[in-house]
Amino acid sequence: MNPDASTIAAGAPIEVDLSPVAEGQDIKVFWRGKPIYISHRTKKQIDEARAVPVASLPDPQSDEARVKSGHDQWLVVIGICTHLGCIPIAHEGNYDGFFCPCHGSQYDSSGRIRQGPAPANLAVPPYTFVSDTKIQIG
Amino acid sequence: MSGPSDYQPSNPALQWIERRLPIFGLVHSSFVVYPTPRNLNYWWTFGAILSFMLGMQILTGVILAMHYTPHADLAFKSVELIVRDVNYGWLLRNMHAVGASMFFFAVYVHMLRGLYYGSYKEPREVLWILGVIIYLLMMATGFMGYVLPWGQMSFWGATVITNLFSAIPYVGESIVTLLWGGYSVGNPTLNRFFSLHYLLPFLIAGVVVLHVWALHVAGQNNPDGVEPKTEKDTVPFTPHATIKDGFGVACFLLLYAWFIFYMPNYLGDADNYIPANPGVTPPHIVPEWYYLPFYAILRSIPNKLAGVIAMFSAIIILCFLPWLDSARTRSSKYRPLAKQFFWIFVVVCILLGYLGAQPPEGIYVIAGRVLTVCYFAYFLIVLPLLSRIETPRPVPNSISEAILAKSRKAVASIAVALVAAGALFVGTVQDARAEEGGTKPPGNNWSFAGPFGHYDRGALQRGLKVYKEVCSNCHALSYVAFRNLAEAGGPGYSAAQAAAFASDYKIKDGPNDQGEMFERPGRPADYFPSPFPNEQAARAANGGAAPPDLSLITKARSYGRGFPMFIVDFFSQYQEQGPDYVAAVLQGFEDKVPEGVTIPEGSYYNKYFPGHAIKMPKPLSDGQVTYDDGSPTTVAQYAHDVTTFLMWAAEPHMEARKRLGLQVFVFLILFAFLMYFTKKKVWADSH
Repeated sequence: MNPDASTIAAGAPIEVDLSPVAEGQDIKVFWRGKPIYISHRTKKQIDEARAVPVASLPDPQSDEARVKSGHDQWLVVIGICTHLGCIPIAHEGNYDGFFCPCHGSQYDSSGRIRQGPAPANLAVPPYTFVSDTKIQIG
Repeated sequence: MSGPSDYQPSNPALQWIERRLPIFGLVHSSFVVYPTPRNLNYWWTFGAILSFMLGMQILTGVILAMHYTPHADLAFKSVELIVRDVNYGWLLRNMHAVGASMFFFAVYVHMLRGLYYGSYKEPREVLWILGVIIYLLMMATGFMGYVLPWGQMSFWGATVITNLFSAIPYVGESIVTLLWGGYSVGNPTLNRFFSLHYLLPFLIAGVVVLHVWALHVAGQNNPDGVEPKTEKDTVPFTPHATIKDGFGVACFLLLYAWFIFYMPNYLGDADNYIPANPGVTPPHIVPEWYYLPFYAILRSIPNKLAGVIAMFSAIIILCFLPWLDSARTRSSKYRPLAKQFFWIFVVVCILLGYLGAQPPEGIYVIAGRVLTVCYFAYFLIVLPLLSRIETPRPVPNSISEAILAKSRKAVASIAVALVAAGALFVGTVQDARAEEGGTKPPGNNWSFAGPFGHYDRGALQRGLKVYKEVCSNCHALSYVAFRNLAEAGGPGYSAAQAAAFASDYKIKDGPNDQGEMFERPGRPADYFPSPFPNEQAARAANGGAAPPDLSLITKARSYGRGFPMFIVDFFSQYQEQGPDYVAAVLQGFEDKVPEGVTIPEGSYYNKYFPGHAIKMPKPLSDGQVTYDDGSPTTVAQYAHDVTTFLMWAAEPHMEARKRLGLQVFVFLILFAFLMYFTKKKVWADSH
């Protein structure tokens, strides 16, 4: 009952062009049936994410560990709430990040859980920068 | 089923079979001469009601499966086609969907009856545990069945419930992948759920056989909780219990038919009339009403794993009930304290159900935690403690003695309590759709409301004109075919008029012999063409918001009625939230935006739209569409007509449904009376 070959094949890596995404904007792409949020963060969002003491977080992880160095403005996360799998809404909630409408979890501008029932941060999918304006997810 | 039978059929052919397979003896000893306690009350008829419902679900389910397509792209549409095109498909679908709720309603009554009268106690522990297993199988079946229509609630319900398993340490993620058959809920998930949904009812039927077997070995419990001692304590199953069960089933059918024919969507969620969309989560994900108490327990616990454990424990704990409650007196009738705590427990369950439908914030979370503690305290503290400290009242020596002392209880009061409790419990679902920043739409006087409702033909024809001239520029109506315009219960056009109407449209067809697509005039079998080739095009042309398909809009939109209106609605058959909302939105545009409301650029202020910012510009203005029949050409009239038309588009067989409902009710009431008097006659000597 595990995924069949065609499902696995359809889950191959995809390339996403980032050049049309302006600062402060974000796009949602689908990979393996899951929504992936790619946010072009503002300076303010990055500073906010880095100002929080890591130890105080429910799922301690530094912002640096969640983005690729040299591309700090780009946050790439799987847009699936780690609680029960709903899709959080970007640019909502009290932390300049994501808000899940189902059970009220709130994530910050680094996709880290800050408030609510979700146990973990929004997952970061495997991805690499092919060039400065293009990433490959998967 | 207990021991060899000495039953001898009189017919030689039957005798021949009986010597080789004693099946008639089995039936005879289990369902004819089987001794059943004389003092059973009507709560005991729910066993028969449940067997009936299981049969009903399997029968309607098998026929539905003949017409259903388990594919992510086609499932939603195939369900709509069942309702619209299959002969009596609307009836089958309503019977099956409402039947699930009725099945659960009956199982809850059955379980609470067991709880009250101590039916789980020695020697009936295995019987009780088999019952809990049936209940678990029912929950799994019900959940997977709810996924099959592949609406928004189906999809997101499946996402939330399958994600529960990801809380299991180490193996959770692999289990979830196995359930999904992919990387997320998708087509493979739908396929396997369909397969399992077809399989599990037969497993249930198998466990039901074991359940009945165990029942017939241990014998039935009874309201006084004393075992039958002499022949005077029992009556033969047939005709006494059969006819009593028959009367119980007939009364239950009245409730069932009330939902099937008059309020089929009362128990469902309007969001499930929106096709599944993996990119948008509905604001309130609510399970079906029968899971709400457990959903409330899940959400009360702030930790994910602990929440999942608590939810499953709430059911599994029932298996241990025979040992948690060690009191020697079975029936709560003779246990003054246990009786009171039982009713408190019932109230706790109903309140948990109510909370399960509320948004998880503020007071609801705290109340949920308190009630979760109460739920578990009943099993883990109250019952074990009571069995040690309570002094029960004296139990009668025998059933016949109990009957002599019995004060006659009114059946009517039980029935009333039953209906009221049911309405209260199921209605909580409606409340889930709380206000989301929109004003409540005003009520309207719809021709199609109420038990004798029918569509106003003039309004349908005018509404079609409004749709064609205004709405159809942006909104599709893809489940409605031109032929429907000539069908009974519709706008009342002739087949020729419908064909002429169709031929005005250009329909894309092909490919032809050259492999090219071409356009031809519409035929009656064609569906209303969509204004945009696909959703992306619709989105791009309308500032990012795709105009929704209107075929189901009056059923896909709703608003919270709130307590206590949802109980009143059960009796008044108010089902017109959708039309009220649609008509209100059409008239709710105002140029002057009230203070404190900011409307983003490209959006318009609408008083009734949730959030008030709607992307659709004011669609209707006075005099925009000309009417031939002299009706006023005002926005209010347009809104009324087009909403009536859209209600018909969503529910083309409504008139047939309500008409058949009336016939069924007349029959059922007569049948129930007949059963009641037959039952009285049969039981005349036994009381």
